Amino acid sequence: MAILYITVMAFVTYLIRVIPLTFFRKKIENPYIQSFLYYVPYTCLTAMTFPAIFYATNSVLSALAGVVAAVVLAFYNKSLVTVAAAACMAVFLVEHFL
Amino acid sequence: MKRQDFQYGLRDGVPIALGYFSVSFSFGIMALKGGLSVLQAAITSLTNMTSAGQFAGLQIIIAGGTLLEMAATQLIINLRYALMSLSLSQKLSGNVTLWQRFIIAFANTDEIFAVAMSHNRELTFSYMVGLQILPIIGWTSGTACGAVAGSMLPAAINSALSVALYGMFLAVVIPAAKKTRPVLLMVLLAAAISCILYYVPLFQGISAGMSIIICTVAASVVGAIVFPVKEEGGAK
Repeated sequence: MAILYITVMAFVTYLIRVIPLTFFRKKIENPYIQSFLYYVPYTCLTAMTFPAIFYATNSVLSALAGVVAAVVLAFYNKSLVTVAAAACMAVFLVEHFL
Repeated sequence: MKRQDFQYGLRDGVPIALGYFSVSFSFGIMALKGGLSVLQAAITSLTNMTSAGQFAGLQIIIAGGTLLEMAATQLIINLRYALMSLSLSQKLSGNVTLWQRFIIAFANTDEIFAVAMSHNRELTFSYMVGLQILPIIGWTSGTACGAVAGSMLPAAINSALSVALYGMFLAVVIPAAKKTRPVLLMVLLAAAISCILYYVPLFQGISAGMSIIICTVAASVVGAIVFPVKEEGGAK
């Protein structure tokens, strides 16, 4: 039975991803749609991060430390892995010492 | 296949794969508790490549929900991928063929999309395949390891690892927001709407997946109207 659920999940998720990627093979010329799509990655990633990140760890305080560490390092254009590692480290240190 | 593009892709996929391993580890633990076998848990991750979608799907399996409910939930939570795929379709190199798009679509996850969009060379099929392989392996093997090892990791480590993916999101958003003011403003708008939907009691019924869609669409529409980007900005 579980495999039926998993099949439905996988099928729906794949359709969502594949239809826009295969249908729109021509460049979209409309400047408003172009602009809309330009903003999508940033607004989407932000909406996923806030406020969810504050409740991802054992305490809001440690999460806040993670956010600060990530924002500061990202501001100085550090790599994805550096920023992610620093956020984890900040959370760990705050939870360990406070 | 262009060998160098493929290698660039692999390299950029390493941090994603590491982050995925740790997050899917916790999915594996939960899946086993929910009654899935190790193999079923691993297959779920291999075939879905989503975080929120899988976590929600697992809840439905545990609760014994209907298949229709499963399909509807996945549609809502994962609808943001349609927006991402649409964005990605605009940035992909013109040489990418239809069947290559069918392959690329499979693992167009939040993080892979984010890295692909911030890639400042031509987005080729070779690069995309290289970028996706390690995260797929990381996500699947992390799930299997979590299911097998159970909750052996100390809570402090789990807690710290849980911000890894958010850290990666910020690493994509912040530099862009620093560079262009409209991005900064729209990102703040998205965060504000997201917080309103989360904290205002009136909106409690809105699922996390739906909230992401609302924030993304609202902030991006405002951005497109107030600060339309000039030619080629659409694919940056």
